[in-house]
Amino acid sequence: MRQPPDSLFPLAVSDLDFSVGGEQLLSGLSFELEGKGCTTILGPNGSGKTLLLRLCHGMLTPTGGSIHWGDATPAQALSSQAMVFQLPAMLNRSVWANIDYALRLRRVLRTERQRLVQEAVELCGLTEVVGRNARVLSGGERQKLAIARAWVTRPRALLMDEPTSELDPLATREIESMIQRVVAQGVRVILATHDMNQVRHLADDVLFLEYGRLRAHLPIGDFLNYQGDDTMRDFVAHPTRSGAIS
Amino acid sequence: MSDFGDALMAAAGLLTGLNPDLLEIIQLSLFVTLTAVTIATAIGIPLGGLLAVKRFPGRAFIVLVIDTFMGLPPVVVGLIVYLWLSRSGPLGVLGLLYTPTAMIIAQCLLVTPIIAALSRQVIADAHGQYDEQLRSLGAARWQRIATLLWETRTSLLVTVLAGFGRANAEVGAVMIVGGNINHVTRVMTTTVAYETSRGNLTQALALGIVLILIAMLLTLLLHQLRRLNVEPG
Repeated sequence: MRQPPDSLFPLAVSDLDFSVGGEQLLSGLSFELEGKGCTTILGPNGSGKTLLLRLCHGMLTPTGGSIHWGDATPAQALSSQAMVFQLPAMLNRSVWANIDYALRLRRVLRTERQRLVQEAVELCGLTEVVGRNARVLSGGERQKLAIARAWVTRPRALLMDEPTSELDPLATREIESMIQRVVAQGVRVILATHDMNQVRHLADDVLFLEYGRLRAHLPIGDFLNYQGDDTMRDFVAHPTRSGAIS
Repeated sequence: MSDFGDALMAAAGLLTGLNPDLLEIIQLSLFVTLTAVTIATAIGIPLGGLLAVKRFPGRAFIVLVIDTFMGLPPVVVGLIVYLWLSRSGPLGVLGLLYTPTAMIIAQCLLVTPIIAALSRQVIADAHGQYDEQLRSLGAARWQRIATLLWETRTSLLVTVLAGFGRANAEVGAVMIVGGNINHVTRVMTTTVAYETSRGNLTQALALGIVLILIAMLLTLLLHQLRRLNVEPG
């Protein structure tokens, strides 16, 4: 595997702009995240949550401002983090081979790969479907596989883009439990969602976006008691998902 | 031989009797077609892949040309190759006209755009689906290309088989540049056309049966490959 950077944190985003075809999609975002816990990026549809994650992950280049992961170079930052997409692309091979693929890319030795894949399969509850082709999995199983494939590389930061938006409450609960296990292992999670119950359950702090601007960056307690803004109050008062975790 | 049934029986007799002339024609046909398709694949798939994943000036024009050339009339291709290879043409000194090589060139020109255009679409779809995920997993450019080709292998094979089907059924271009010379450039399709014009339906039918059998084999292969596209395990 590549040499990890001395420090991936803090993640420092400064005056971040992103525009396409003259349309400003993100404007003037600045915040800093330390190396532990779970941050949720919250906001209405089209507020720029996914875009912000993809920019932080290095999939897109900002049109203004900067993103720095500690003292890591862009290549070091990318190799030290992983992302779970809202609709993850699965290779046309078995669950095991999909997870193994992420390690093969990093030239991990075969015996080590077997151990790491086995751990990822167990952590993510994929033992029953490990030999099945990834393309025939259910939505919940696919997301579990996406998390396993991301986690197996031992990232120091895990970026997740609405991983439960297509799932039923039971599958959502399983994914949320997995996220908690990953956070407990010391992985920094940044999770985009519009689900207030998920925020309540998982978040240590909240980045609230609206119309491509950062409206607030608050610890979860402060966010839940926030009184100053109608849109944010609406989010707190009207959870969008039934079947919330108690 | 006025009766179709009698002609069919005689054709079957030629085939089961392994008539040497017939075997020679089938052998030359397969040699010309397989060589042309191999060359067209070696050019078409990398070209399709390049057009699918790279953005460069003139790309849209090249895509337009290739898509247009998918429907090239074979006789026009035959005529162009003829003009190039004829004694007064720019490549006349090579003396390739009325040889199997000329037929291979003509079939290549017909099949390469088909393989390039279809593989461009296949790889472009896969690129859209996988590229960001693969970059996220840390795949280098060559690893992404290798993965895309592996993931689309079945569909790419289907495009090659489609090219083979087109080349195998081709008659106009190979007739013009090959000249349908007995024991030199006579292939299945040109023989069918020639023998039919002479009223010799037996050999025409025998080769027609072989052509249909090859088409059936191809179709079976295509169905099988599509079925295997999602293979558990």
